[in-house]
Amino acid sequence: MDLFEYQARDLFAKHGVPVLAGEVIDTPEAAREVTERLGGRAVVKAQVKTGGRGKAGGVKLASDPADAVEKAGAILGMDIKGHTVHRVMLAQTADIADEYYVSFLLDRTNRTFLAMASVEGGMDIEEVAATKPEALARIPVDAVDGVSAEKAREIVAAARFPAEVAEQVADVLVKLWGVFVNEDALLVEVNPLVKTGDGRIIALDGKVSLDGNAEFRQPDHAALEDRDAANPLEAAAKERGLNYVKLDDGNVGIIGNGAGLVMSTLDVVAYAGEKHGGAKPANFLDIGGGASAEVMANGLEIILGDPDVKSVFVNVFGGITACDAVANGIVQALELLREKGEDVNKPLVVRLDGNNAELGRKILTDANHPLVEQVDTMDGAADRAAELAAK
Amino acid sequence: MAIFLTKESKVIVQGMTGSEGQKHTRRMLAAGTNIVGGVNPRKAGTSVDFDGTEVPVFGGVQEAIEATGADVTVIFVPEKFTKSAVIEAIDAEIPLAVVITEGIAVHDTAAFWSYAGQKGNKTRIVGPNCPGLITPGQSNAGIIPADITKPGRIGLVSKSGTLTYQMMYELRDIGFSSCVGIGGDPIIGTTHIDALAAFEADPETDLIVMIGEIGGDAEERAADFIKENVTKPVVGYVAGFTAPEGKTMGHAGAIVSGSSGTAQAKKEALEAAGVKVGKTPSETALLARESLAG
Repeated sequence: MDLFEYQARDLFAKHGVPVLAGEVIDTPEAAREVTERLGGRAVVKAQVKTGGRGKAGGVKLASDPADAVEKAGAILGMDIKGHTVHRVMLAQTADIADEYYVSFLLDRTNRTFLAMASVEGGMDIEEVAATKPEALARIPVDAVDGVSAEKAREIVAAARFPAEVAEQVADVLVKLWGVFVNEDALLVEVNPLVKTGDGRIIALDGKVSLDGNAEFRQPDHAALEDRDAANPLEAAAKERGLNYVKLDDGNVGIIGNGAGLVMSTLDVVAYAGEKHGGAKPANFLDIGGGASAEVMANGLEIILGDPDVKSVFVNVFGGITACDAVANGIVQALELLREKGEDVNKPLVVRLDGNNAELGRKILTDANHPLVEQVDTMDGAADRAAELAAK
Repeated sequence: MAIFLTKESKVIVQGMTGSEGQKHTRRMLAAGTNIVGGVNPRKAGTSVDFDGTEVPVFGGVQEAIEATGADVTVIFVPEKFTKSAVIEAIDAEIPLAVVITEGIAVHDTAAFWSYAGQKGNKTRIVGPNCPGLITPGQSNAGIIPADITKPGRIGLVSKSGTLTYQMMYELRDIGFSSCVGIGGDPIIGTTHIDALAAFEADPETDLIVMIGEIGGDAEERAADFIKENVTKPVVGYVAGFTAPEGKTMGHAGAIVSGSSGTAQAKKEALEAAGVKVGKTPSETALLARESLAG
């Protein structure tokens, strides 16, 4: 889960990383009081989960409270790369003498963590990495050993921070590692980390991404979720504990078991669609191993509720899951939806293979539901679902 | 022969007394796995009856090894406790630990992976969040259904569970030497490369099928490895061509992986290494058949 800047800032503050005072508002009028509290001047910053907001006009300096109201009014509601600005953060102004970059992140390739640091902060770090790779220090960090004061000094030295800020930056790195570990983050990035005119080191802007798998020991993280941004279908699916992702421009609803098989199903449908008017998958939905009638009903309800969906492809390989249970799930799900008064009028193509497939197929055949059609192979079923969607 | 797991393997189950552990221990036993014990400190000294087979419960992995000579552990303990279970297995220096549990926090996996390295990598870790591995007709360590296919000469390594089953099913008439589900988490123990190297060295494997998916650069690295080190034919499949850009790790993540992590990039890398890559699981199975027919 990627956080907003203000949420990252709060986590930094919680773990002792120096940040500037700031408050989040969602109406222009609120800017007046906040700016007064901040000393009469403020930087107004759009809160969006995308880069390049400065260039897009999403960051403005307000010279007094009335100006802050005006600037906040201009930025709120703005569209930055497809992200609508719902909130702005008003932050204290800073006297910036120098801009640096520091981050900790997961290094998948080397199966460890990595520290990155550069004295050329403030700009797009990808560009620094591409054009001046020698300016970006990359130091592996062992997950067990972590970042001690000594390790932090190694990072500082590798990135060639000036001597007068070295100790302060090392201290920030140790605290930032505290954020990374204690919050179960996959990424903590400070860009820029600034030196002020009076020589202080402050995290001016930050990015944090948290590991959803750590929710069991991070009870506070659920509150950080951005409910406004979630697609309504995705939000409804999440409420029911379904692993669902809505896809753009698709018309074939997809239900399957296992993330890899469902991803593969999307691909196979897209290939089939090339022959059928460009039919494409409308969603990713992994019902996992259980595939009970209730899970199937929940899944079908979400997918049938998607106005983009013209046909549905249920693709199940019974490994542990028995196909007769899945077939019963489909039959009962359609019944449940009918009882709830849902208008089920989209064709379903079902492919069952593996554990108890024959029994499962027989259950569907016997149920003889007018909208359910069975095809024996994954490729064949994808082709049929795409054909039905194109009609 | 086979890789990592044979009929000689003596298997213990950490978390055997839990509901998932019991269910799958029963299935593993039915598949012929030599299960010599379970581990649960609170139930040490008891035993569990699996349809007439009494399996003793030990207080710890070390104790279980001393009593039984176990050389494989399959871990089903809940995600909160998985890290300490794996660390216990590493401390006991068991040669193979198969971590089935899903939903493990990345910091926990990073910690036990690092710990394994510090202890000299005496324990091969498969997973986490994987279906485990099976050597058909000999032994099954994990949750892969044993009745999909039979012993044969194809080696299979895959990031995805259900795609593993699908591929075993597509090629069930030919059969497999071993099938290894390595899991798709950001950090995993055994990689595609480890399995490729083992299959290359296994005289009973004639062809290797490798299944990957989007994210990271494991497939690209496997392609480099194949080019240099694998003489046996390799057939590949990559899932996720139409998946949208996943959870972004910020710009920093893209820098580290050194690759876009897309399915297309992986397919191209594999093809450049001489791997035949199928567009669908069925086409991949067909390529494997053609390759074996020679």
